[in-house]
Amino acid sequence: MRRRYLLGAGLAIMVAGMAQSALAQSGEIKIGEINSYSLLPAFTEPYRKGWQLALEEVNAAGGINGKKLVVVSKDDSGKPADATTAANELVSSEKVVMLTGTFLSNIGLAVSDFANQKKVFFLAAEPLTDAITWSKGNRYTFRLRPSNYMQAAMLAEAAAKLPAKRWATVAPNYEYGQSAVAVFKKLMSEKRPDIQWVDEQWPPFGKLDAGPVVQAIAASNPEAILNVTFGADLVKFVREGNTRGLFKDRAVVSFLTGEPEYLDPLKEETPVGWIVTGYPWYDIKTPDHDKFIKAYQAKFNDYPRLGSIVGYQTIKAAAAILIKANSEDPEKMIAAAEGLTMPSPFGEITFRKIDHQSTLGAYVGKTAVKDGKGIMVDSVYRDGKDYLPSDAEVSKMRPKD
Amino acid sequence: MAFYFVQFLTGLASAASLFLVASGLSIIFGVTRIVNFAHGAFYMLGAYVAFTLTERFSGALGFWAGIVVASLVVAVVGVLVEMVLLRRIYHAPELFQLLATFGLTLMVQDLVVMIWGPNDLLGRRAPGFRGAVEFFGQNIPTYDLFLIALSPIVLGLLWLLFQRTRWGVLVRAATQDRDMVAALGVNQKWLFTSVFALGVFLAALGGALQIPRDAVHHALDLRIIVDVFVVVVIGGLGSIIGAFVAAVLVSELNAFGILIFPKISIILVFLVMAVVLIVRPWGLFGKQEAPARRTPGLTVNPWRPLSQGERIAAWAGLAVAAMLPLVSGDYALTVGSEIAIFVIFAASLHFLMSVGGLASFGHAAYFGLGAYGIAFLAKMAGLPMIACLLLGPLLGCLGAAIFGFFAVQLSGVYFAMLTLAFAQIVWSIAFQWVAVTGGDNGILGLWPEKWAAGPASFYWLSIGIAALAVAALRIITFSPFGYALRATRDSLLRSEAIGIDAKRIQWTAFVIAGTVAGVAGALFAYLKGSVFPDSLGISLSVDALVMVLLGGVETVSGAVIGAIVYKMLSIWLVSQTDLSKLVLGGVIVLMVVAFPKGIVGMLETLRNLRRRSEPAKPALLKSRIEGAE
Repeated sequence: MRRRYLLGAGLAIMVAGMAQSALAQSGEIKIGEINSYSLLPAFTEPYRKGWQLALEEVNAAGGINGKKLVVVSKDDSGKPADATTAANELVSSEKVVMLTGTFLSNIGLAVSDFANQKKVFFLAAEPLTDAITWSKGNRYTFRLRPSNYMQAAMLAEAAAKLPAKRWATVAPNYEYGQSAVAVFKKLMSEKRPDIQWVDEQWPPFGKLDAGPVVQAIAASNPEAILNVTFGADLVKFVREGNTRGLFKDRAVVSFLTGEPEYLDPLKEETPVGWIVTGYPWYDIKTPDHDKFIKAYQAKFNDYPRLGSIVGYQTIKAAAAILIKANSEDPEKMIAAAEGLTMPSPFGEITFRKIDHQSTLGAYVGKTAVKDGKGIMVDSVYRDGKDYLPSDAEVSKMRPKD
Repeated sequence: MAFYFVQFLTGLASAASLFLVASGLSIIFGVTRIVNFAHGAFYMLGAYVAFTLTERFSGALGFWAGIVVASLVVAVVGVLVEMVLLRRIYHAPELFQLLATFGLTLMVQDLVVMIWGPNDLLGRRAPGFRGAVEFFGQNIPTYDLFLIALSPIVLGLLWLLFQRTRWGVLVRAATQDRDMVAALGVNQKWLFTSVFALGVFLAALGGALQIPRDAVHHALDLRIIVDVFVVVVIGGLGSIIGAFVAAVLVSELNAFGILIFPKISIILVFLVMAVVLIVRPWGLFGKQEAPARRTPGLTVNPWRPLSQGERIAAWAGLAVAAMLPLVSGDYALTVGSEIAIFVIFAASLHFLMSVGGLASFGHAAYFGLGAYGIAFLAKMAGLPMIACLLLGPLLGCLGAAIFGFFAVQLSGVYFAMLTLAFAQIVWSIAFQWVAVTGGDNGILGLWPEKWAAGPASFYWLSIGIAALAVAALRIITFSPFGYALRATRDSLLRSEAIGIDAKRIQWTAFVIAGTVAGVAGALFAYLKGSVFPDSLGISLSVDALVMVLLGGVETVSGAVIGAIVYKMLSIWLVSQTDLSKLVLGGVIVLMVVAFPKGIVGMLETLRNLRRRSEPAKPALLKSRIEGAE
């Protein structure tokens, strides 16, 4: 078994390679960033552009108390186990002071647990699962995006005003879809005890067989439909639903559909009048957003997606935390981040002390078609802080540190 | 009533798209025996190329011509792949072609994003088939009706092609007995190429026809490839009618199943396949294969235990590996631990595949069961780490004992697909049973105890267990049990004739392999600190297959090298580039061409060439080897 020789030799080569990159220059502060670049390029490409822009702005404004901010970015190939490997590399050999990023909920949770174990500060950018700040929350993990619960609360507020009493749901069969439906149902039933849930469909994520699903929903004859599918599943669902007349005279409430990532592929087939959460970049007229969009378009010659906002604000928030903490000690960073308020393209946001969730909100509006493209109209910004449960409920859900 | 009729038609429309792709796969497998993992990639390419063409040339003619031309273009790509790549490796060990097509699939996934961009693309609707017809208050899309009509037409045309043309006769003959067709002087090269072209054409056509209903995106291939394989196997390999019936069966069960169990889709095809294979071991329309005429024992170099020198070298190698913590940082040690764990995992599959001749497509099930075993013991029973490490793999052992019992009744690809079905069933239980397994959010917080928490201690623990596992598997290989197992692999009939209880021997081997995989999974859970359903998933099973094939399936311990090379390469590439799949796929394809016997297999061949001075093999044996090849 001379294979063992090779094991040793191979590892030695690897070690040599790593020793180089471990030489961090003084005068730099490194942040480690992990995301599913190869698995979900439709989201992560704009996301990357967003954080690149933020990084440039931070360093142009003097960096982190005079030190240059550096982002080391790694791909997790969409697997929690690979994400842990990447996190390990970033912390052990790149010597980053903070981890950020992640898209999928299970990857966010894996990295958050890693951060808790290794006592590293982790700013989760995108994962939506409520568990990451509540039932599986820990003191090292903060989250930027409005959670599943917050988005469900925003949509339920609008949906409760509809006259519809018979509701059907369709959601991808994994944690995100399951908890989105569960929270929405709970909040709706509190507001509207008269509502009946007549059908639920759980297609596997990415494998929606649209015809039978649309037909099954139509057969239950609902007055309104809650949709949680997105991406390619959404395209199939919309196309089949349009052809079969599923959405005719029915209200539809839909998670994430207003985000350009998911709305733009629908083009002229965009269904009209769905109540959605999303990002109508063409309609937001705040000074902070104007500044962001001008800089973004000048740098990339492209319009921003929601991922751009998430990437941009993640690095902005990371920088704000590091500047305030003025230290590489994770405990000091936690102290700095708790209750920290900062501007964002959507308005002022705060990282709550109680559960480390940011109060970044989302836009709620209706879908429409203009010039053969899907857009959001009548959009209103819903501030995240108004759509969170009471502090007592939160502390009941969140384990003590 | 109208609703059920319409739901039935909807199911038929879903079946149509499945059938087109499945028929192509079935034809290719029937004749060339290639497990064409890239079939999904050709499907996806068909959709992308058709998207480009139909956007460019509008109008009814532009659309339909675009669909056909796209399928032809992709078929040409398929021919190139066959001529440049696959032709070189038809004589490689069984399943080796899987490795080549897997590498291609990886490359295509990145290539389509580079060419067509990352966004989901919405193709045109088919001219003339945009709307729906009403049927007693229910709407049926006209495009569905078109697909429903198309698939019997394709089936009929294929039937005519195979029954009424000389080419079809040759293809059927080759499906039944390749060697005999070759002996009769048929040019196999071109027969294989043309069959491959037809299969790829059908796959691409299936993809192109999806653009009016689906979004075109870079994950289309993985979404369809497994389902298509399942359909082909349910129908019976090489049977076109079988593929048609299976596609209809699966689609209709899904269409009606979701009315009662809305969550059934995730597992339905695998349940159907498991039931069908247990009842009918060769699929619905398949026939029992004649016992293979090839005698692998003659074509490979005879195995022998390590010589004294090699044993010392192995110890020295292990000692060198154990010194790694003296020179390297924490990250390298963690990567080293991960590689050691995959050495165990790959070695366990290698034991099943090369010693037992049983290629499992679902070996991750036992790896994942070991990991979940740890999670349950540590989180629920609160046992200490040592106890967990000893008991956790037993869950893998138990799973292997149950599933192995059914699986070893089958052989060849049917065995492989039944193991895949079992793995997917276990996966879906882990995925769905949120209350116990946490669903896809997994079980967190499984970190090792203090004595093993440091990267160096965990690394020593991992390589120690890896060395033990590999040594134990080698000892078993050269034990009387190992010889009996190899006898069942080389000739089932002869081994049974001399009184070996083949099924029992194979079952035991399956349990051994499952338990060792469970050990790897148990360590993996502690290494990562968490367990997710991924650790039971198809991609992990495929990784294990790739490691074994890369190392060399005809070697005693090639998987060790295969695991080290593949894992190191993939961790390094994922860390260095977002195009890791493209590069990794490219490297795999190159290795396939350079080392058609796997890395270790090639090294052994080279070593044997150097020993030419040894007495030549007796002439009789030589002629038998040639005959066997």
